Amino acid sequence: MQKLRRTMLFMPGNNPGMLQDAAILGADAIILDLEDAVSLTEKDSARILVRDAIKYIDYSQVEVVVRVNPLDTEFGPQDVDVIARVKPDTLLVPKADVEEIKLVDIMLAKIEEEEGYLVGSIKIIALIETALGLETVYEVIKASQRMVGVLLGGEDLTADLGITRTKEGEEIFYARNKVATVCRALRVDAIDTPFTDTNDYEGLTKDTARAKSLGLTGKSAINPRQIEIIHAVFAPTEVELKQALRVLAAMEEAEKEGKGVFSLDGKMIDAPVINRARTTVELGQRLGLIER
Amino acid sequence: MFLIIVEKSNEVIYIKITKIAKAGTLESNDILIMVMPNDSGNIELELESIVMQQFGDVIEQVILHKVKEMGIEGITIKAQDKGALDYTIGARVETAIKRAI
Repeated sequence: MQKLRRTMLFMPGNNPGMLQDAAILGADAIILDLEDAVSLTEKDSARILVRDAIKYIDYSQVEVVVRVNPLDTEFGPQDVDVIARVKPDTLLVPKADVEEIKLVDIMLAKIEEEEGYLVGSIKIIALIETALGLETVYEVIKASQRMVGVLLGGEDLTADLGITRTKEGEEIFYARNKVATVCRALRVDAIDTPFTDTNDYEGLTKDTARAKSLGLTGKSAINPRQIEIIHAVFAPTEVELKQALRVLAAMEEAEKEGKGVFSLDGKMIDAPVINRARTTVELGQRLGLIER
Repeated sequence: MFLIIVEKSNEVIYIKITKIAKAGTLESNDILIMVMPNDSGNIELELESIVMQQFGDVIEQVILHKVKEMGIEGITIKAQDKGALDYTIGARVETAIKRAI
């Protein structure tokens, strides 16, 4: 079954205490960060620490994602080389564009062969945080078979666009739309940018609901306290679940009677509505909200 | 704090470090490692730990194991432990030595 990525929690890569706790904080995925959370003078130290953490700590309950440094820095290629050898689930590639993803794909294939891992087993999530990355996001996802999702980086993107980042997030409306639509078209996860005010829970709820309403499938978090709120927003509501179950029941009934299109409560039910109901029920089952 | 000295063996090819280097921090769950070259050819370790009574021996073994694994001789190590797990101790020793070569 496909992994849930409602929350992806960033953890600084050079902090042993946080690396130890990362697995038990309730996030669907953890991002062990070698990039922005690590100072230039500690890149070597964090790389070795994260490598050993993956070898030593039981992360079996979460997806282990490592954010490497950009490949055009002196650190990025070393990060990929060292980290891929201990087989994290996924690499998060920053400042992603087509060339960068192709390069990481080739590097991973070589390492997987050398280490005797199944080629293609380490996945990639592209961090879209430049105007170029955003405008070519379809090609970026197509650049590797390993691609399982896109994470939208709102801070760097707005910096690249030369615009101000606000709490309301109107300035990333287009980016969210674009990422959500392309990811849906290519059936990969669309992960929203983190909400940076870790004390504003109401703001986080609104921001997450907005991302969900635009079609994003998960949200990154920068503090463990954000996880529960994000999960609550991404869980289907009781009303949504009941309605979805009713749609599927009505569909079975209609199939028995040989009808293609049918109506429920006076509204026409066709394939898109049925697909949506199936998605909702499947999510409800995976979250244990309803029985299988 | 205590000091131990490990005599060098003749069977393995050893590498010398050339400068003083540090890795790690004094935050909890971490360990600060300082390494420096010495002329004796031995491995000398000075260890302080908040859990010296319970885990002093284990920490010492993890540090010495890493130093030997990396084939280093003529090294003095000062370690200040704040409750680091084995993986952190190993990682910090490795980083300090790589910075000192």
